[in-house]
Amino acid sequence: MRYLPKSPDERRQMLADIGAASIDSLFEVIPVEYRLDRDLDIPRQQAESEIIDYFRAAADKNATGYASFLGAGAYRHYRPVIIDSLVQRGEFLTSYTPYQAEITQGTLQAIFEFQTMIAELTGMDVANASMYDGSTGAAEAIMMATRITGRHKSVVAATVHPEYREVMATYAKHQGLPSALVGYNRATGHIDLAALEAAVTDETAAILVQSPNFFGVIEDIPAIAAIAHAKGALLIVSIAEAVSLGVVRPPTEADIVSMEAQSFGVALSYGGPFCGVIATKEKYVRQIPGRLVGQTVDGNGNRGFVLTIATREQHIRREKATSNICTNQALVALMATIFLSVYGKEGIRELAEHNLAKADYTAKTLSAAPGAKRLFTGAPGFNEFVLQTDEAPAAWSKRLLDEKIVGGIELSRWYPELKNATLWCATEIITRKQIDTAAKVLAAAPVET
Amino acid sequence: MTTDATTRVTTGKVRPHPTQNEALLFEKSSPGKCAYKLPPLDVPAVDAKSLLGEAHRAQSAQLPELSEIEIIRHFTRLSTWNYAIDLGMYPLGSCTMKYNPRVNEFVSRIEGLAEAHPYRPDSLAQGILEVIDLLQRCLIEITGMDAITLQPAAGAHGEFTGIQLVRAWHESQGNARKKILIPDSAHGTNPATAAVCGYTVENLKSNAEGGIDLEALTRQVDEETAALMLTNPSTIGVFESQIAKIADILHAKGALLYMDGANMNALVGKARPGDFGVDVMHLNLHKTFSTPHGGGGPGSGPVACKAFLEPFLPIPVLVRNADAPKCADAQTWESQDADAAAGGCPPLFRAPFFDSATGERAGDDDPLPLHTPGDAPLHWEYNRPQSIGRVRAFYGNTGMFIRALAYILANGPDGLRQTTEDAVLNANYIRHKLQDIYELPYKTGSMHEVVFSDKRQAALGVKTGDIAKRLIDYGFHPYTVSFPMIVHGALMIEPTESEPLEELDLFIAAMRSIAKEVEETPELVRTAPHSTRVSRLDEVQAARKPILRWRPTKE
Repeated sequence: MRYLPKSPDERRQMLADIGAASIDSLFEVIPVEYRLDRDLDIPRQQAESEIIDYFRAAADKNATGYASFLGAGAYRHYRPVIIDSLVQRGEFLTSYTPYQAEITQGTLQAIFEFQTMIAELTGMDVANASMYDGSTGAAEAIMMATRITGRHKSVVAATVHPEYREVMATYAKHQGLPSALVGYNRATGHIDLAALEAAVTDETAAILVQSPNFFGVIEDIPAIAAIAHAKGALLIVSIAEAVSLGVVRPPTEADIVSMEAQSFGVALSYGGPFCGVIATKEKYVRQIPGRLVGQTVDGNGNRGFVLTIATREQHIRREKATSNICTNQALVALMATIFLSVYGKEGIRELAEHNLAKADYTAKTLSAAPGAKRLFTGAPGFNEFVLQTDEAPAAWSKRLLDEKIVGGIELSRWYPELKNATLWCATEIITRKQIDTAAKVLAAAPVET
Repeated sequence: MTTDATTRVTTGKVRPHPTQNEALLFEKSSPGKCAYKLPPLDVPAVDAKSLLGEAHRAQSAQLPELSEIEIIRHFTRLSTWNYAIDLGMYPLGSCTMKYNPRVNEFVSRIEGLAEAHPYRPDSLAQGILEVIDLLQRCLIEITGMDAITLQPAAGAHGEFTGIQLVRAWHESQGNARKKILIPDSAHGTNPATAAVCGYTVENLKSNAEGGIDLEALTRQVDEETAALMLTNPSTIGVFESQIAKIADILHAKGALLYMDGANMNALVGKARPGDFGVDVMHLNLHKTFSTPHGGGGPGSGPVACKAFLEPFLPIPVLVRNADAPKCADAQTWESQDADAAAGGCPPLFRAPFFDSATGERAGDDDPLPLHTPGDAPLHWEYNRPQSIGRVRAFYGNTGMFIRALAYILANGPDGLRQTTEDAVLNANYIRHKLQDIYELPYKTGSMHEVVFSDKRQAALGVKTGDIAKRLIDYGFHPYTVSFPMIVHGALMIEPTESEPLEELDLFIAAMRSIAKEVEETPELVRTAPHSTRVSRLDEVQAARKPILRWRPTKE
C-alpha cells in the first residue's frame, strides 16, 4: 500500500523486537468473536490514476459549464489562484490545532489576522477563530445571548435563511430555548417591525435577523436594534453573503454578528466546507463560543500569539463549556484571510459594487420580461432579489437548462405563500450575455391559445 | 547547554535554521497597493450610495493593501513557522495525525465537484450524489452499522447529532430520560455535548485497568439513563474487552451505547463497532480517513447508527428513487449517450464486488463504477416525520467526503487492514522501547496509542508539558499533554501508521535522551524549547488582558 512506509522485513523486525509472534497477537485484546475475519466489502485498492478517473467521471456526470443564478446562502465568487497555492502548503494543510504555540505561530498569526479583518468588516470589536458554518454559528449565537442575558427566549425573523432556522430549532429544542418567528412585510420583504415589537418581551434574550435577508433585502438594523435594546434583549445579525460588507453598512448596533464567510474565496463544493464566524462586543468576549487567538509576548519580549481564554472551552470546562465545539474550519478561515488580503480595502468595495451592478441589471432585465415582476421593491438589496412569474418556474427552468443556465431557486418550498416566486443571485461572475439570454428564455413563455 | 544561535549543533534530527520575521498584514499595508483586478463591468455601473441610501457603507473596512508577491511571501513565511505532518512525526494522541494524501486534494478541486452549488437540481448533481452514496456505503461497511448521516461538520458536531438521535428514540419510547454516563477518561467534548443536548452528565469512574468498571456501571445505569458515551479503544489506547457486557448492562435498562469513534484508526478492517453492541457512533474523517487537519479544521463527523435509529437521522437523507425508471443504459463499460440532465446515466460500469461466500472478488479488472447497473437516480429526501431536524445548512462538509472516499479507494480492504495493523504495531513498538524509562500506568495491551505518565520525571521536577516542549528541539511535535485526566501527568503518544521505522527510532532516541536530560540537566528541559522562533509564551497575560485583534497605533 503506497501510503505505508514499511517493508515486510521491517514489520517482521519490529514484531520480533516487541516479542510478538504475529501482528494478530497485538489484536488479541479484542475478543475473538468481534474480530473481523474477512475482507471489508468495499471497492478494491485503486491506482491514483483510477481514483482521478472515478472523480472526473463523477464531475462530468454532475454537469459542468452551466451559468448559475443560484445564491441562497452559497455564493459563487471568483477565487484568486493564490488561495489554493497557499493553503495547500503542507505547513498549513497538515498542521493540527495550534495548542503548541511555539511551533504553530504561522497558523496563530493568520487566525489573529482573520479575527481582525472580520471585526473590521462587521463593525464589531472582536471575532472568534471560526465556527462550522453560518447556520450552526447562528444557533451558537442564540445560546451565547442566553448566557449573557440569563433569559431563554428568542425572536427570529422569517427572512432568515430557512435552513439556518431549522438548525437553530434543532439546537434549541432540548435546551429549553423557545423561539418565536416574526413574519415579513409583503411589500418590502423587510421583517415586520410592528410584529417584531409585539413579539419582544422582558424575557427575550435576543432577536436574530439576517441582513441582507433571505430575499436579498437589507434590513433596517438601527430600528431593529432599538426594539431589542428597549427590552434589554440583544440583537444578533446573521450575514450569509459576506461580500455585501464591502458596500453595505456594517451592523454596528448589533451585539453579536454571526457570519458565513464562504463568499470570501471558498469554493461552493456542494455546500461545504464553509466558514462560520462569530463577532461581538468586547464586553461579551468571555461568552463567545469556539477558539480565540490572542497576542502576547515570549520570555525574550518577542510578540507571539496563543490560543486564549480557553477556560470557556470544552477541553477545560467539559459540561460547563460555552459550546462543545472543538475542531472548527481553520483552513477555510485561512482561505478567507488570503482572499481579503488580495482584494484589500479598495478591492472589497469595488467587488461589492460590481455585485450590486450585476444584480441591479439582472433584476431590471428579468422583470422586464412579460409576465415577470420583481417582488419587494421598496427596500435596498445587495446581489439577490425575488422574481415572480406568471408561468410556473418548473416550466421556464427547463427551458433555461436547455440553454445551460440554472435559474433562480423556487421559494415555495419554504414560503408556500410566495407562489411562482424565485430567488435570483447575480455575482460578479455572471455575464451580461448570460443575463440577457436568461431574460429571453423567460420572455419566451408558450402562448396560451 | 542551550543551542547557541551562532552554532550549528545537531540535536536529534534538528539543526538550527533561520526563519524570517514577518509583520502583520496590516503593518505592511500602504494605500494604493493592490493585488486584484476586476474585469471591466459589462453592465451599467450603479451609484451605490443612492441605491443603498442609509444602508450604504460610508467608511471602508480597514483591510490591508498589498501586492500579490507580498501576500505570497507573507503567508509563505508564516507557514515556515508551523510544524506539520509533512515535516515529521506528529504523535498527538487521540488526534490521528496521519499522512494526508495529495490526490485527495487534487480530486476535491475538480471543477465539476468544487463548483457545484448545493441547490442545483438533483438531476445536475448525480455525480456528487453518487460519491456521497459510495462513501456512505463504505463507512457503513467499515463500522458494521446500518445507516449513516454525513451532515455533522466535525467530531463534536457528530456527538451532538448522535445524542440527539438517542434522545429522539427515547422520546419515541415515551421518556427522553435525564442523564448520560461518561467515563472520567473521556474527551471534553463528550460532557459538553451531553449538556448541549439537555442531559445531565454523570461521571463514571474508571477501574484499575483504566476501563469501564462493570459494577459501577451496573449501579449507575437506571431507567433515567439515556446512554453511555464510550470511547473504544479508550483514551488510554486500550480495547474495552468487556464491551459486549457493557452493551448488555445498558440495553437491559433500555439505555443505549454511544461510541466516540475518535480512535477508530485502531479498528478499521479488524473489528466493527456494529458487531460488538454499539447503537450509534461518530467517525472523524479528519482523523481516521486522512482528510487534513488544516490547523484546526475543517473536519467531518459522520454519525452511523443501527436500523432502529435510522428514522431519526437529520434531514435530508440521501435515497434512491425507487419509482424512477432504472438506468437501462448502464449495462456496459462503454460510454453512453445518456442525457445526464434527463436523469440518464453516462459512463457507468460494472461494480467490482467481493463474494464472502466464495471468497472471490469479481470485477477487479474493471474501473470503479459510479454506481451499479440498474440503480435509480439519487435524491435528497426531506419528508422524514421522525427526524431530529437539520444539524447544519446544506449536506455537510462535502469537500471532506471526496477526500475521505479517495483515501478509502486508494487503500481498498487490504490497505485499510494493513493501515490499522501498522498503526497498532507502531504504538506497541514505542511502548516497548520506552517502558523502561517512562512509567506505564496501565499495563493492558496497547492498540494505536500508548499513554505513559511523568511520575519518574516529575519526581525530579520535570513535568509532561516540559518533556513535550523539549521534544520540539529534537524535531518532533509534542504528544498530547496531560490527557486523559485519569493518568496523572499523561504523555499520550499516537504515532499512526504513517511513520517509517527510521522516524520512530529517532523519536524513541529523543525521548530517551530527554529522560537522561531530566536527570542530568533538568533546567534545560524545564525551559524548553530552545530552538524555536519564540520561547514559551505568556499565556496568563494573554488571557488576563486579551488582545484579540490588531489596532492601529495612535500617532
